[in-house]
Amino acid sequence: MADSKEMQLRASKLYKKRSSFEMVWRQLRRNKGALLGLALLIIIIIGALIAPIVYDYDTDVIGMNVRERMQWPSARHICGTDDLGRDIFARIVYGARYSLAVGFVAVIIALIIGTALGAAAGYIGGVFENIVMRVCDIFSSIPSVLMAIAVVSALGKSTANLMLAVGIASTAPFVRVARAAVLVVRGEEYVEAARAIGQPDWKIVIVHILPNCLSQIIVQATLRVGSAIISAAQLSFLGLGVPAPAPEWGSMLSSGRLYIRDYSYMTLFPGIAIMITVLSLNLLGDGLRDALDPKLKR
Amino acid sequence: MADNILEVKHLKKYFKTSRGMLHAVDDINFTLERGKTLGLVGESGCGKSTTGRVILRLLEPTDGEIIFEGKDISKLSKSEMRHMRKDMQIIFQDPFSSLDPKKTVSQIIAEPIIENKIIKGKLAREERVLELMDTVGLAERYINTYPHELDGGRRQRIGIARALAMEPNLIICDEPVSALDVSIQAQILNLLKDLQKKLGLTYIFITHDLSVVNHFSDDIAVMYLGQIVEKAPAEELFDNPVHPYTQALLSAIPIPELGHQRQRVQLKGEITSPIEPPAECRFAKRCLMCNEEVCKKTVPQLIEISPNHFVACPLKQKDLGFNV
Amino acid sequence: MDKNEERDILRIENLNVRFETEDGVVHAVNGIDMKLGYRKTLGLVGETGAGKTTTALAMLRLVPNPPGVVECDRLEIDGQDVRGMSASKLEQVRGKEISMIFQDPMTALNPVFTVGEQIAESIEIHEHLSKEKALEKAGDMLELVGIPRQRANEYPHQFSGGMKQRVVIAIALACNPKLLIADEPTTALDVTIQAQVLELMNELKEKYDTSMIMITHDLGIVAEVCDDVAVMYAGRIVEQGSLEEVYGKTMHPYTEGLFNSLPNIKNRQAMLKPIHGLMPDPTNLPEGCAFAPRCNYATEECKKACPALRNVGGTHMVACVRYEKDPNFMIDRRKQNG
Repeated sequence: MADSKEMQLRASKLYKKRSSFEMVWRQLRRNKGALLGLALLIIIIIGALIAPIVYDYDTDVIGMNVRERMQWPSARHICGTDDLGRDIFARIVYGARYSLAVGFVAVIIALIIGTALGAAAGYIGGVFENIVMRVCDIFSSIPSVLMAIAVVSALGKSTANLMLAVGIASTAPFVRVARAAVLVVRGEEYVEAARAIGQPDWKIVIVHILPNCLSQIIVQATLRVGSAIISAAQLSFLGLGVPAPAPEWGSMLSSGRLYIRDYSYMTLFPGIAIMITVLSLNLLGDGLRDALDPKLKR
Repeated sequence: MADNILEVKHLKKYFKTSRGMLHAVDDINFTLERGKTLGLVGESGCGKSTTGRVILRLLEPTDGEIIFEGKDISKLSKSEMRHMRKDMQIIFQDPFSSLDPKKTVSQIIAEPIIENKIIKGKLAREERVLELMDTVGLAERYINTYPHELDGGRRQRIGIARALAMEPNLIICDEPVSALDVSIQAQILNLLKDLQKKLGLTYIFITHDLSVVNHFSDDIAVMYLGQIVEKAPAEELFDNPVHPYTQALLSAIPIPELGHQRQRVQLKGEITSPIEPPAECRFAKRCLMCNEEVCKKTVPQLIEISPNHFVACPLKQKDLGFNV
Repeated sequence: MDKNEERDILRIENLNVRFETEDGVVHAVNGIDMKLGYRKTLGLVGETGAGKTTTALAMLRLVPNPPGVVECDRLEIDGQDVRGMSASKLEQVRGKEISMIFQDPMTALNPVFTVGEQIAESIEIHEHLSKEKALEKAGDMLELVGIPRQRANEYPHQFSGGMKQRVVIAIALACNPKLLIADEPTTALDVTIQAQVLELMNELKEKYDTSMIMITHDLGIVAEVCDDVAVMYAGRIVEQGSLEEVYGKTMHPYTEGLFNSLPNIKNRQAMLKPIHGLMPDPTNLPEGCAFAPRCNYATEECKKACPALRNVGGTHMVACVRYEKDPNFMIDRRKQNG
């Protein structure tokens, strides 16, 4: 026993693990756009996190102040005030919480369901694969907004249902990416090697195949958060999303619609907020795709 | 009575394609004695790799018997087969794609041990992994490295260690050195030979490289389009090749010596299709000695023309006085 | 005729190629001199990472820059200085004066053009013929490499590996280049097809008076096809000379190691004698002789300074410290061969 303890000590002291994270980070660092996207995203996330500390929800965000309504941007209200006198900047910063939350949760839902289905379809093949892909095709041909409307109309308006709706609408791309990645990895010799040592299929998928498809799924996820945020904004714009008076960017666009000719700032700033957030995600996602693509290395 | 670890009878593997049945392996028969090496030689498309995989049931045989350690494993269920896997393993050709890029060396080697619950306890397992690494000549310090950080030779050693982890009796070596540099090839071949002596392993050595197979095998079977066309002890095959394909193959090897005048046995054209092959000698279209009368009548059978030397060429069989 | 015999198709002096990457500077080629005469074939032998392909690419000025940096004192193709040539002049040289065959026929051909079109492309560019005339000539080339001319309208995927390589050869020789560089042209092919392709190359180079550089790791192919041999290790030539000199009077320990690594057809039982260790890391080459760490004959002197190629008789040149220090030094293989 003493011998093996020694062995273990030797084993752990030996050559440290150099993770693939380091390598990806190095590649990513070289891409200025990706770094910008990452920086912006971090700023937005931090803003969203500290929002409740800086602003008090009831007074600053939804508190009506009729005397200060419809003010153009000034030193006191950097983005002006809306028709109910609420500071638009405070609402935008707070609104990031909703957009990011819906975006990330929706994508996580889509990722889990989509990857599971796609991986299963890719590995099992045959009739099962056919059925899954055809259902996927049907889902893709329905405009995601329409699908989300269907879900929300059936289940009711709430943030949670919004996440579910956008999530379901975003599943199809994940099914495709997961299936495509699995098809490629499935033919690799190390999968055959795993079979040769007696590993059951389901274990092979989880232990060998999925980790090697991870990079493509991550890229897809990062890019999809952007579209999820836009979908959420669209739904809120239509009144199907997060209920008022919550400062969700899409509903801010909606309420500013009436005043768009004379008080354009009311729609401009929430719009810019959406744009910057989605842009940062796209920049990061593109950078990740390049960094993770083995063919582009060096 | 020879101790035959493996007996393959009428083994067939066909693939369905849009143009018909592809006869990848077509009625292969051989026996393999324990502790020996059978070289399975042929060019691309001859079915040697497929044969190796079918024997391990990584591909399901279309027909035939695979008698391993006295048991016919061709009909075993998936779970029964999993038990057998411990005794028969494979080393792959490509050291780059046969290792999971996301796993470290120790994880790769430990996997068969974990999967088959051979050793319980993390410490004991790590011990065994280090032991295996030592056996194949991999320095301890690589225990936590990833495959892409190592060169081809070391990667192949990982593959060998993985194959040995379950202490198999039979190892199928599928072109284990073809992807390696010449000087590394020699290192790995020496290692494999060494291991065979130390551990009493039996090998099926699949390759297209005839000089390597001569060095390494006790018996050699030459395959062409899914069939064995000649089988003999290595020295006999090289000294006295009978089948025209074997002769062509041997004469095509470039010899690294001065003043070597090769008598090349010519071949016509290119390999024919393995899809729905006609019932005649499959080599007929390329063989310069082809005699329509004899060669295109039936599928040639393997006949023992001298002790342990089998040939499937009706013309040669006739010449040597065997009734076809 | 006599004048041609003395003509040098290729002259390289002090070629150095390095790649400046994030992980360090890769010293791929370190001071190569090469001369190739009219109608001669040179075998460039070495293992992966020796720098053979990089040398070939440097000759055609195809080394990607960045990260590659090419420096040499002289680079002449049939007397023309290629170093300073403009891009347009270079395009005239490539394909016409000097042509290259790459290793993998599967990826060397464009899948969306017919083989006839691909052969004709080279002809159109260099011989300024019309498309119809070029296609006709392409048909001639196909016949020459043993492919029926009707198949000119077929696409690469319709051909087998061996035939694809023949098409690649046809493209390379279409404009009758003076120098053909073949980079492991038969490695991806079966041995019987390899024999056919090598025979074809031999015939064609005789017919067209082409000089050839055959890059390979296979000493058997070199023996069949080449007049001269140069053995490369870690970006340098360690031994060179005629085939008889290098094979019959082998002098460098690395060359000996290569021969010893080959299975000996005559003596089956012998364990192979591989060269222990690995090729050095090109970003971190040792100070002295690059082969010293793996050499059975290495001494302390060998680790100090990198040996230069020295003439040891005829056209035979060796870069080895032992010979510099001790004129009577002989490697085992030499002792056996006498």
